[in-house]
Amino acid sequence: MNDFLLVLVVITALSFDFTNGFHDTGNAMATSIATKALSPRVAVGLSAVLNLVGAFLSLTVAATIASGLVDTGIVTLTVVAAGLAGGIIWNLVTWLFGIPSSSSHALIGGVIGATIGAAGGHAVQWHNLVAKVIVPAGLSPIVAALVAGTGTWMLYRISKNLTEGARGSGFRIGQIGSASMVSLAHGTNDAQKTMGVITLALIVNKTLPATAGAPFWVILACGLAIALGTFVGGWRVIRTLGKGLVEIEPPQGMAAESASAAVILLSSHFGYSLSTTHVATGSIIGTGLGKKGAEVRWNVAGRMATAWVFTLPAAGVVGAGAYALANAIGGTAGVVVDTIILIAIAAVIFWRSRKTTVNPNNVNSEWTGSVAPSEPADRAPEPAAA
Amino acid sequence: MHHVLAAAAPTPIPPWINFTALWQIVVLSLLAGAGLPALFAIGLRALSLGGGGTQTAEGPSDKLVGGNPAGVVAAGVCFLIVLGAIGWGIWAIYEAGHPK
Repeated sequence: MNDFLLVLVVITALSFDFTNGFHDTGNAMATSIATKALSPRVAVGLSAVLNLVGAFLSLTVAATIASGLVDTGIVTLTVVAAGLAGGIIWNLVTWLFGIPSSSSHALIGGVIGATIGAAGGHAVQWHNLVAKVIVPAGLSPIVAALVAGTGTWMLYRISKNLTEGARGSGFRIGQIGSASMVSLAHGTNDAQKTMGVITLALIVNKTLPATAGAPFWVILACGLAIALGTFVGGWRVIRTLGKGLVEIEPPQGMAAESASAAVILLSSHFGYSLSTTHVATGSIIGTGLGKKGAEVRWNVAGRMATAWVFTLPAAGVVGAGAYALANAIGGTAGVVVDTIILIAIAAVIFWRSRKTTVNPNNVNSEWTGSVAPSEPADRAPEPAAA
Repeated sequence: MHHVLAAAAPTPIPPWINFTALWQIVVLSLLAGAGLPALFAIGLRALSLGGGGTQTAEGPSDKLVGGNPAGVVAAGVCFLIVLGAIGWGIWAIYEAGHPK
């Protein structure tokens, strides 16, 4: 039992949950912001509330993040802290570059890396890792693209007699509904992963019996942390998803979000805890493929795919390094040093991000090849009529 | 130090790709993720039908509601099915996520 260390781990876990929220706001809301179905502020507010509601919706996959992937018998609080550090750093670095990468993979990679650091590769259940994480990660964007592409094609066919104006306003309403579903699914899917980590830490510390589920305060804290992160809005990632991949119209936005919500919720029903990011990106690419004449910027998609391949190993290396350092120093002091370094790295990344600020004012500015916006962040907001 | 999570380790080894789950996810996702939006689009189209059931002489308008009573009713049915399906889905997730 080490309650100081436990508190530190819980705070780190909630910090991860916060980055999970702001990194992934775009999965639900990027297309609605791009088509102006919702103003940027309203979009992130709505998404935040629904993430919080989603956190309470289902509690089945809590604790699955570690069990089945690593030998939980050797997990200590130091391993959990180091794994979380790996996940947080990867999330912040990819956010800086505006790359929508998977928060789930960052967390899994960090925990696996820290476990390898603590006990070696035999403590990892590699077969499960491939069958439950890597193969679904490869398949889910393809399935999402298929569903979104089919949906897009049908929506344009069915609505071809509608005028541009009627089609736009009709599908903007549909988009708000479907984006809300993705936010709900995100809260359900992603908040549970942090709940699982905190519950694991409580069990490891013998604060909770081994059979315990997530206590209410854990559910509430995780829901609030992910909602707060969502509300802050990961504008850099939103910009890449909404403007960088495909120029999106309202029917495409609705098709993309519906496909994402369906694939995420159905897969989790079948026991696959997918990355919402992989699904949302696949869906957006699918809407580009499903509409005649739409262009998918494959160079942007390629950059993302590269980041996805590196997510597990990169977060793993950071997790392993953080464990090695904490272990060399030893005990609580080791984790404290890790935490101080983590805070310092986060501060540097935030400082770097201010050179190319992306915020609600310029998130939709013309895509000119990178996340760095073509318009300054302090430009006067568009007239209220927009 | 032998808690439940560790004790549950020797679960049956899952296949590399679970094709049974995969095809069900694909089919159900197509129904819910593409079918429901398509139904919504059919509703929009029904809603836009003009007074006589066809476009008026002055050409199509940008209005969402065309005013054809049958169209409005058909649209209402479409939208209700979509909302009902979503509501049922959320309820099913809640039920499955809170085992008694």
